[in-house]
Amino acid sequence: MKDYHSIKELFEEADLRHCSPGILACRKEAEEQNISYEEAWDRMKKLIPIFEHSIRRGLADKTRSLSGMIGGDANRLYRARMHFLSPVCRRACAYAIAAAEANAKMYRIVACPTAGSCGIVPAVIGVVGREIHASDDEYTRALFTAGAIGRVVAENASIAGAVGGCQAECGTAVGMAAAGVVDLLGGTTEQMGDALALGIKNLLGLVCDPVAGLVEVPCVKRNGMDAVIALTAAEMALAGIHSVIPPDEVIEAMGKIGRLLPASLRETSQAGLAVTPTGRRITEELNRKLRNS
Amino acid sequence: MGIFDIIGPVMIGPSSSHTAGAARIGRLALEILGEELASADITLYGSFAKTGRGHGTDKALAAGLLGCLPSSDKIRNAIELAGKQGVALHFSFSEEDMGHPNVASIRAVGRSGRSVTVTGRSLGGGRVLITDIDGYPVEISGEEYTLITHHHDVPGVIAQVCLVLAGHHLNISNMKVFRKGRGDDAVMIIHTDEKVPDHVTDELRACNRHVEQVMALDII
Repeated sequence: MKDYHSIKELFEEADLRHCSPGILACRKEAEEQNISYEEAWDRMKKLIPIFEHSIRRGLADKTRSLSGMIGGDANRLYRARMHFLSPVCRRACAYAIAAAEANAKMYRIVACPTAGSCGIVPAVIGVVGREIHASDDEYTRALFTAGAIGRVVAENASIAGAVGGCQAECGTAVGMAAAGVVDLLGGTTEQMGDALALGIKNLLGLVCDPVAGLVEVPCVKRNGMDAVIALTAAEMALAGIHSVIPPDEVIEAMGKIGRLLPASLRETSQAGLAVTPTGRRITEELNRKLRNS
Repeated sequence: MGIFDIIGPVMIGPSSSHTAGAARIGRLALEILGEELASADITLYGSFAKTGRGHGTDKALAAGLLGCLPSSDKIRNAIELAGKQGVALHFSFSEEDMGHPNVASIRAVGRSGRSVTVTGRSLGGGRVLITDIDGYPVEISGEEYTLITHHHDVPGVIAQVCLVLAGHHLNISNMKVFRKGRGDDAVMIIHTDEKVPDHVTDELRACNRHVEQVMALDII
């Protein structure tokens, strides 16, 4: 099978073969890993229960993290009466926070594309999948489509906060989730491209400035917020809204913006939220606590 | 980067570099020690030293040293687990600049009394690189089957080791040799396409009197 190094290449090949980009991505993965197509497919399918388990963990464990900054918010949102968020949005948001809380509290998760952004893709694709009664195979196909997009971003920009800021982590996750949902709903590759471009564009420039260097603030709640952004991007694309800038150019722009970001805003906790008076106070308190333990 | 590097790895949170990577460094150090661990002195540098405890880097390193993988539930309570198993762990936090933000150095002592000092860095995404074993500059990622020999820098040792591997149809993909000085202690790092089985490592140990030690590392 032909290599793909851009969204355009991936989607053109998928259209040519009248299949989902996820199917192609699985075929390519099998080829590269020297395993059968079925093995590659099963490997992805087996991640679904791990995704679901991490979400359940996060919802069930209402304790605070070691730093005391996060914990219990997924459960809070899940049980609260919503004023205007739809049931699907509320669940996606709560589930994304749940997986991110599970991550912060040292439970098992699947990095997607990173640990800090691990809630967005499983929450969005999982909740929509459940809503439309998708099968595990359809869920798997959407995950392969999402993964293929992440792969292109990793190759042409970056998925690491230390390299490209949070846009590289949560931004990529939003693009992956939005396109995955469009695939799940049987949308066209053009719509998938629009969904991922719209999603990533909305997070361009997002910095990585975590308090005390931990994957907690703002990461955990941002996963929840970004799940809703991914759903919005998918709805826009399915409604026929186009991204003026094509997906590959958006990804390229993200990479360039990442290189322009100062190191202080790339996971070093030397600027932004990390050095606010409250951010500093929490950092000092945590350091004192750890020194005494 | 494959799809399962994007959707994956399956790991214990919160950080692929500070938790999953740390567990892999610990596990590789255990493999390099090649026996059950009795005690370890662990020094954390850079960002590992600064934010490591908040990320569970200490727990992950401990778990790796006890044989756990980055996806193991045991990471959460690894320090207690080490205590229960009678493994003495000592952590220090250094401000020294090691030329990379996420570095850990481990002096591991086995039940036999043998010790090894391993330094590794966490590269992000759970990937790691062991850069130093007992003062030898090495490059071991744990992503390939790796054979490590300790031997003396004498003509013919390398050829003989390769001959044994060839005799078992084990293909070498990459190989590096380091020595402290001419005729002095030396180390070979050999990557192979398949795992080198135990009976072959036994044979390698016996193939030349200048071969002191042979270890076969799994893919981790």
